[in-house]
Amino acid sequence: MSAGLNIPGGTVRDPGFPTERENYLTNSKGVLSWLFTLDHKRIGVMYLIGVTMAFALGGLLALALRWHLLDPDGTLFTNNIYNQVFTLHGAIMVFLFIIPSIPAALGNFLVPIMLGAKDVAFPRLNLSSFYLWIFGAIFFVMALCASGLDTGWTFYTPYSTTTDTSVIMATLGAFILGFSSIFTGLNFIVTINTMRPPGMTWFRMPLFLWATYATSIIQVLATPVLGITLLLLVAERTMHIGIFDPEYNGDPVTYQHFFWFYSHPAVYIMILPAFGIISEIISVHSHKHIFGYRFIAYSSIAIALLGFLVWGHHMFTAGMSDMTTIIFSALTFTVSVPSAIKVFNWLATMYKGSISLTTPMCYAISFIFLFTIGGLTGLHLGTLATDQHLHDTYFVVAHFHYVMVGGTLVAFLGGLFHWWPKMFGRMYNENGGRFSAFLVFLGFNLTFLPQFILGSRGMPRRYATYDPEFATLHTASTHGALILGIGLLVALIVLLMSLVRGKKASANPWGGATLEWNCTSPPPFYNFERAPAVGDPYDFHSIEWDEENERYVTVDPERKIAPEEEPTTEPAHADKKH
Amino acid sequence: MSTNDADTATDPHGDHGHDHEHPAFLAHHFDTPEQQYDSGKLGMWVFLVTEVLFFSGMFCAYAIFRMLRPEVFEGCSQFLNTTLGAINTGVLLFSSLTMAWAVRCAQTEEYKKLTTLIATTLSCAMIFLGVKAIEYSHKWEMGLLPAGMFSYDPAHPHHADAPNYLLWICLPFALIFLGTLIWLISSIVKGNKFQTACLKPLTIVAFSFFIGIGLGTILESGNKGESHSTASDSTEHIESADHSSEIASVGHSPESSQGGHTEYGVMERLAVDATNSGLKNELKALDAQSELATGTVVLDHSTDVDATIKRAPRDFLTPSRAGVFFSIYYCMTGIHAIHILAGIGVLVWLLVRSVRQDFNRQYFGPVDYVGLYWHLVDLIWIYLFPLLYLIR
Amino acid sequence: MSAHDSAANDHAVSGDHHEGDGYDFAHPMPLPMLFTVFAILIALTITTVMQASFDFGSYDVAIVMAIATVKAILVGLFFMHLLYDKPFNLAIFLSSFVFVGLFVILTVSDSRLTSKDFIPVDDAVITSTAE
Repeated sequence: MSAGLNIPGGTVRDPGFPTERENYLTNSKGVLSWLFTLDHKRIGVMYLIGVTMAFALGGLLALALRWHLLDPDGTLFTNNIYNQVFTLHGAIMVFLFIIPSIPAALGNFLVPIMLGAKDVAFPRLNLSSFYLWIFGAIFFVMALCASGLDTGWTFYTPYSTTTDTSVIMATLGAFILGFSSIFTGLNFIVTINTMRPPGMTWFRMPLFLWATYATSIIQVLATPVLGITLLLLVAERTMHIGIFDPEYNGDPVTYQHFFWFYSHPAVYIMILPAFGIISEIISVHSHKHIFGYRFIAYSSIAIALLGFLVWGHHMFTAGMSDMTTIIFSALTFTVSVPSAIKVFNWLATMYKGSISLTTPMCYAISFIFLFTIGGLTGLHLGTLATDQHLHDTYFVVAHFHYVMVGGTLVAFLGGLFHWWPKMFGRMYNENGGRFSAFLVFLGFNLTFLPQFILGSRGMPRRYATYDPEFATLHTASTHGALILGIGLLVALIVLLMSLVRGKKASANPWGGATLEWNCTSPPPFYNFERAPAVGDPYDFHSIEWDEENERYVTVDPERKIAPEEEPTTEPAHADKKH
Repeated sequence: MSTNDADTATDPHGDHGHDHEHPAFLAHHFDTPEQQYDSGKLGMWVFLVTEVLFFSGMFCAYAIFRMLRPEVFEGCSQFLNTTLGAINTGVLLFSSLTMAWAVRCAQTEEYKKLTTLIATTLSCAMIFLGVKAIEYSHKWEMGLLPAGMFSYDPAHPHHADAPNYLLWICLPFALIFLGTLIWLISSIVKGNKFQTACLKPLTIVAFSFFIGIGLGTILESGNKGESHSTASDSTEHIESADHSSEIASVGHSPESSQGGHTEYGVMERLAVDATNSGLKNELKALDAQSELATGTVVLDHSTDVDATIKRAPRDFLTPSRAGVFFSIYYCMTGIHAIHILAGIGVLVWLLVRSVRQDFNRQYFGPVDYVGLYWHLVDLIWIYLFPLLYLIR
Repeated sequence: MSAHDSAANDHAVSGDHHEGDGYDFAHPMPLPMLFTVFAILIALTITTVMQASFDFGSYDVAIVMAIATVKAILVGLFFMHLLYDKPFNLAIFLSSFVFVGLFVILTVSDSRLTSKDFIPVDDAVITSTAE
């Protein structure tokens, strides 16, 4: 307990620093102690390394694509290779990075700690889900090495049943990754339901947990449909079962229904955890109670459930019946309501807060900006009439990159910067972090704003070459991509440098009130000595800045000493012998 | 792993949550056996939800194609042997009963019974697979395969050069049976009591597959008697002369098509053959059609033969029609069979643990969870059976 | 005192009282109930096979599915113990069917609405294998 601190009317609570024996990073040594660990924190860190590598690969492919598009006739690849590169970029980013990024990497680390539990409900399942992720990744790499993949990440039939690239390998990879995702979701649902310590009621849970719970619901409900769809696709390729293949009376539109029944909710698997992160960051760095806690919590669940009703808006021009397109278009607008509720609540939280413009907050603010653009342009695509014009153009590309990169990736980075001191016990260079946030924001907008214009002018997506009239905008986009890449590199360097020369992080560097800030940085392997006292996760009244030691501490109000009378010798229920 | 070790072995904070002795079966991160049980149970239910949605894709495909082409489904369903399907339903239901009973025995700590009941459940699963093997191999021999490989020829239902599929399916099961048998004998010789106790029931289980094969074969030949009486009135004279019809079928076809009541003479003769029981229903349908075609019957007196079969077009036996039905049939029953195999895997694990007497009234979770899974597999079959076998 | 100890105590005290005592959170199903359910299931299986030989026209599917659903409910409630389980488990299991319904109904109805534009592939009955 810290001495020399002078805060009147209370006792200061601060867990201090972990010993080497307690620190989850150092309490056991050797590679095997990591590979076979059942500790959710270590699994989270392994996931973090994995998804970062997948992201680096997907990102390099993206840079290569943009480089290729510098010239109207293409600079780098043949058309065939271009198809393979954009397919792998999409598939790797979706299946290997975005879907596991926040839930599996940050979620694994944070869910039990935020909940006040010792571990997730099924630690072995958790580890196996990580290894399934590895296997899935291996399958993807094998597909890449064998004969590539040029179907787009959606594997649409009939092309995917006729192309001679390695569709089977890639679909099996995605199938395995689906299982990994299901196991993670299943684990979180059970953990949140049954492992809450006393006092942790549903409405005292941090909003990140609500978001994770909603995500897990989608993972559990939607992913199996992807599993069976991909299995049927494999069967279609090997045995021609004729369900999706028009050659045997199959229906490609049915494939699209099957596929989007998973993949549209999967969009919410990607963005919902990001919402959770932003709720945490905004509240903590504005030092103000979150506005509309219940609305944000319920809107996460609402998005998860409504997300199952709108998959048809990916297929407006695919040959659905008129009636179905109208129904899906109408339903699509319902999803925008809970998303908007969240944005308004974040803004209201920041209003009159004492905002510190730390790196996570910079990322969170750019998230709100970018996600709003991404969400609003979604309305154009959900509207039946405008979608006829914009479908399969760069407008769509820009829209979903605003949501997936501007939304999920930026939130992931924000969350990473927010919890980095907790995960590794080191503070990074704040200015370097802010600079990376600025570069990412600038580069991202320069990359994708021009693509909105390109799309509305009729530039179709997935083309290796384009009309010279689009050259200026494409060039701008490529330069933006370079800046974005540099920004991400700066972020990586800032984080890695902190491991080497970063200042030791205190238990609560930002002044958060959720439970993870109650244990040391990095947390001990057992998380909590005893079930922690649970309060309002966004009540910052008892969090005070300790000037002397440069840290936030929890100040418990002074308690009256219990009256010192002798207890009676006879127990009250002495007659009832137990 | 290592953290786990550190936690239990040299824990500097011995008091964190360990204010009471953890029983061996209670994982370190749970406080009470009840919490552990509830977590496992909830996890299992969530997993079953994923299973339901997994199968929903195939039910959806089924619904679409049945809606688009009901006549194909009605026609093709005749190829499936209802008796075998019904028997398999019964077998699965019985295995569900024994599984539910086994859960009870785990809770009441009746170990002998528990082992017996798990072994019974396993045997039923094996019988199910045995019967399924008979069904599959007969369809493969006739070329009733998914659309891309569909090669059924109504005039020559038996592919002369078809490999003996049944033998190939039986081979791994025979090896497993021999393996367990040898292992059992060696464990008896070595006097390893635990292994013997595990392997005795397992040997019976492995043998049960062949009970299923036998059951399937007997029921098929039981149908043979039926087809004698129903399939043909005028083919009796051929039948006696041509009991070894399999050899003769190819060469004799032109002759017999004249001699037969209809142009499907070969089929009639094949229909009385033990291995072709599914054909008798198709024969009925074709009879009805040819009656219609020749004008023997004017229209639709649906008293003796189903009206729907008459309406079925004759050319539904094409890869893009019947083939798709069989695609769906193989996908649904095949993935169901894979689930049975997975269930066998976990049940064997349970059997070993029950011999080890791992379970008690505080810790019967694994039996319960596997039971839930097993019941779900049964539940899916409850829907598959009428949807595939009982279409009229 | 841990739940384990208390259960052990209960067991020691209750001895051979009727079932349910000393089982803590376990709930063994009474055997007569299991057997009755099994008998009903078999009876329903026989019924469904029998009814298949009658032609009920378009009601056929409805009847078959109704019988299957009754069987499924029996298996769920008794064999899968849902009758005595936590309501939450029942709720999540039932919710899965809501989503299955959503998926199947929307997809099938769209297929139905577009089926008039659907030109089926017609290939001939295979005869080439005849020798």
